Amino acid sequence: MPIHYYIYQACVLFSIGVAGVLTRRNAIIIFMCIELMLNSVNLLLVAFSKLHYARAVAAGAAPTTGTEAQLFVFFIMVVAAAEVSVGLAIIVMMYRNVHNVDINFLNRLKH
Amino acid sequence: MTNFLHYAWLIPSLPLLGFLINGLLRNKLSKTVSGGIGSAVILASFLLSLYFFVQVKNGNTYTAHYFDFISVGQFSIPFAFQIDQLSSLFLLIITGVGFLIHVYSTAYMHHETAPHFARYFAYLNLFVFSMLLLVMGANYVVMFMGWEGVGLCSYLLIGYWFKNNDYNNAAKKAFVMNRIGDLGFLVAVFWMMQVFGTVDYAGVFKQLPGSIPTSAIVGITLCLFVGAMGKSAQIPLYTWLPDAMAGPTPVSALIHAATMVTAGIYMIARSNVLYALAPTTMTVVALVGLATALLAATIALRQNDIKKVLAYSTVSQLGYMFLGLGVGAFTGAVFHVMTHAFFKALLFLGAGSVIHAMHHEQDMRHYGGLKKYLPITHFTMLIGCLAIAGIPPLSGFFSKDEILIHAFAANPLYYVAGIAGALMTAFYMFRLYTMTFLGSHRGHNHDEKPHESPLAMTVPLMVLAALAVGAGFLGIPELFAHQAHLLQSFLHPIFEKGESIMASYSHHQHPSHNVEWALLAGSVGLIVIVIFFAIRKFSKFTISTGQPSKFAQLLEGKWYVDELYDAVIVKPLLRFGGFLNTVIEKSGIDKAVNGIGKFVQYSSRQMRLLQSGNVGNYVLIMVVALIIIIRIILYN
Amino acid sequence: MNLTQVLFWLLSAVAVFSAIMVITRKNPVFSVLYLIITFFAISGHYILMNAQFLAIVNIIVYAGAIMVLFLFVLMLMNLNKESEPQKNKYMLWSGAIAGGMLMLVMIHALQTDVPEKINSIGAGDIGLIKNLGLTLFRDYVVPFELSSILFLSAMVGAVIIGKKE
Repeated sequence: MPIHYYIYQACVLFSIGVAGVLTRRNAIIIFMCIELMLNSVNLLLVAFSKLHYARAVAAGAAPTTGTEAQLFVFFIMVVAAAEVSVGLAIIVMMYRNVHNVDINFLNRLKH
Repeated sequence: MTNFLHYAWLIPSLPLLGFLINGLLRNKLSKTVSGGIGSAVILASFLLSLYFFVQVKNGNTYTAHYFDFISVGQFSIPFAFQIDQLSSLFLLIITGVGFLIHVYSTAYMHHETAPHFARYFAYLNLFVFSMLLLVMGANYVVMFMGWEGVGLCSYLLIGYWFKNNDYNNAAKKAFVMNRIGDLGFLVAVFWMMQVFGTVDYAGVFKQLPGSIPTSAIVGITLCLFVGAMGKSAQIPLYTWLPDAMAGPTPVSALIHAATMVTAGIYMIARSNVLYALAPTTMTVVALVGLATALLAATIALRQNDIKKVLAYSTVSQLGYMFLGLGVGAFTGAVFHVMTHAFFKALLFLGAGSVIHAMHHEQDMRHYGGLKKYLPITHFTMLIGCLAIAGIPPLSGFFSKDEILIHAFAANPLYYVAGIAGALMTAFYMFRLYTMTFLGSHRGHNHDEKPHESPLAMTVPLMVLAALAVGAGFLGIPELFAHQAHLLQSFLHPIFEKGESIMASYSHHQHPSHNVEWALLAGSVGLIVIVIFFAIRKFSKFTISTGQPSKFAQLLEGKWYVDELYDAVIVKPLLRFGGFLNTVIEKSGIDKAVNGIGKFVQYSSRQMRLLQSGNVGNYVLIMVVALIIIIRIILYN
Repeated sequence: MNLTQVLFWLLSAVAVFSAIMVITRKNPVFSVLYLIITFFAISGHYILMNAQFLAIVNIIVYAGAIMVLFLFVLMLMNLNKESEPQKNKYMLWSGAIAGGMLMLVMIHALQTDVPEKINSIGAGDIGLIKNLGLTLFRDYVVPFELSSILFLSAMVGAVIIGKKE
């Protein structure tokens, strides 16, 4: 498949994630949109890994080119997992305080 | 001692010294001292001038170069004085008449407090200093310094009684009108620098007649004439001079006779070579002079303020001088300046004496019959009136006659108009004389009789009267005696070039002796008739309550020229100023400045709302910014 | 159109459709379920690109652990009702427009004139667990060990935050 199909696919998913962050007020859904954005980037990384692998093979270089990108995806997943655990803890904390997960209640930043 | 004429700087610096002493120590000096100093420095200048005049008479002219005033590249303006026939003659007039006026002032101004008295003399000395600078300068820039100086001093002296607001307005008017003229002078000087590359009299005249285009010369001379209009009170800038009567009477005498108003005549006489090369300007000068002479004379017919009559008569006589300059009678004009200086100073000082005697009453309708109270003043005033009216053999006859004969040679219409002006002059002068001295006394308080002025005032009057009688014999026309015009031969070196240039293109036939006799006899006869008519008409003058005719009202209103200027220039200017104030300043600039402040306040108040603390808004803005940044980075 | 292309388009359509459903559902539980579908579709893409290890990890970590955590929180807080108040309309539209604009700009920016093809199924073995494991433990040992510390600290943080006062 041509590489730009994957690029478009990732862009569309990322933009949907952004639109979700902008339009929704539920903190959990916003969080999920962030995960969606992370995944679109992961998809892009894997696609580029394959692209470089194909180029390296075509040029007769070592066939391990591209593993770094996939490891990067792996680390992103690690970080995302950690982030989700902390983030959800924060949301729970917030719910406990204001009995709501609407981010409009979180306008303390202006004070 | 190479040449004593090098010490010409002494002449103006003495009055300057007097000005400094009187001005700086005015709170310390007593009236006697300050008056004495003021008069003494002028007397010293006069004696020096007399010596210089004798030197010049013996053919010893000199240009004293002191230092470079401005020096830029190839171009330099030296600070230099020129002592020649013309300037030495003016020096004599200025310091001589000026001295008499100073002496007169010591008595006339005696009721002032000592500081103000000293201030008066300081101004007076400064005035004389400026005028001397004007006359002695060897180039147009030094002349311009003096030119500005007399403008300043006239302002200071007209507004001498600064507590009266009308006087201040008169002073401002004089100053502003002079500034208009000065602008013309200044433009002419710059133009001259560009065309001739120098502003020295000698340097400029040396290049003439030459390759300089006539258009440039006409332009320069017209600009110079604008300057002369302002200083010498010609149409349309004459209205300040009658208002200048706000100053003390001796000041009027000084302005009208010795200094200031003669500056324009001096300047044109000095530039005679330039003017001779610009026939267009000459015609303009003659016409403006004639128009001024007639207009001012008609106004003077109906004025009741004794000083106003004299003021308009000055404007009128100045008009004659310009007529003389315009028809090429340079000598005649200078001659008239001289005789006019004598009899006009005499008339003003006489008027001052009358005003002094009448306790500062200036309205002639309340005079009358003063002959028996003021014998000396009466006699000297009579001489002055006869002189200005042009009765032979007094001085005014000779000088006016010379101008009119030249005018006749140029254009008989000039002559007819000139004679009409002369008749009006005779009429209003004898109206003044009759209303003041003849008939019965019409004063308010009959208990206190008017008394003759002190000696310090009458002696100058007598001296001036003698001069007014005798000065005419310096310029006896060819008609009476061969080679008897002393002034003409004396000034010949100055006007030689200009007159020869004029002779090259104009073919004016000097009228034959028979015609001249006829004209003289006719004009004198008419004048005598007018004088008797005036005496008859006004000797039984009573204050009439009837409505004067429309024309008389027009004359009394001075042709409403002041009102015209007010409506055409002053009011629109004020309105324009108001427009600038309200529209441009208040609602334009102020609004813009305040608007910027308000905009900042308003926009910051609106921008504050962006900081809602709402995370969603922040993210939205971040995304929008991201879009813009990507757009910029990836497409450039 | 061979099988690979059919699969690609199918997976893409599923991913985009379910992503849109994620942000439009009122009930957060449906959002979570649609998000899981999206993750599965992305895992399918990984397999198509011969990245089997990542596909498995994606399913286990994301679709399994993380989304379950989400669901768990939702259920725990009883948020599975359609209780979200109506949002500001302008905010809604501006959000949608901004997202759309971002998409257009990015797509336009990343457009290439000469599209390069990448091999799909069966081509290359870098995505295999053996190769990745070798690289990971040879070159990326330190980051790997650091990530364990990250997890530890995240766990401690979550416990402290979630703890009652």
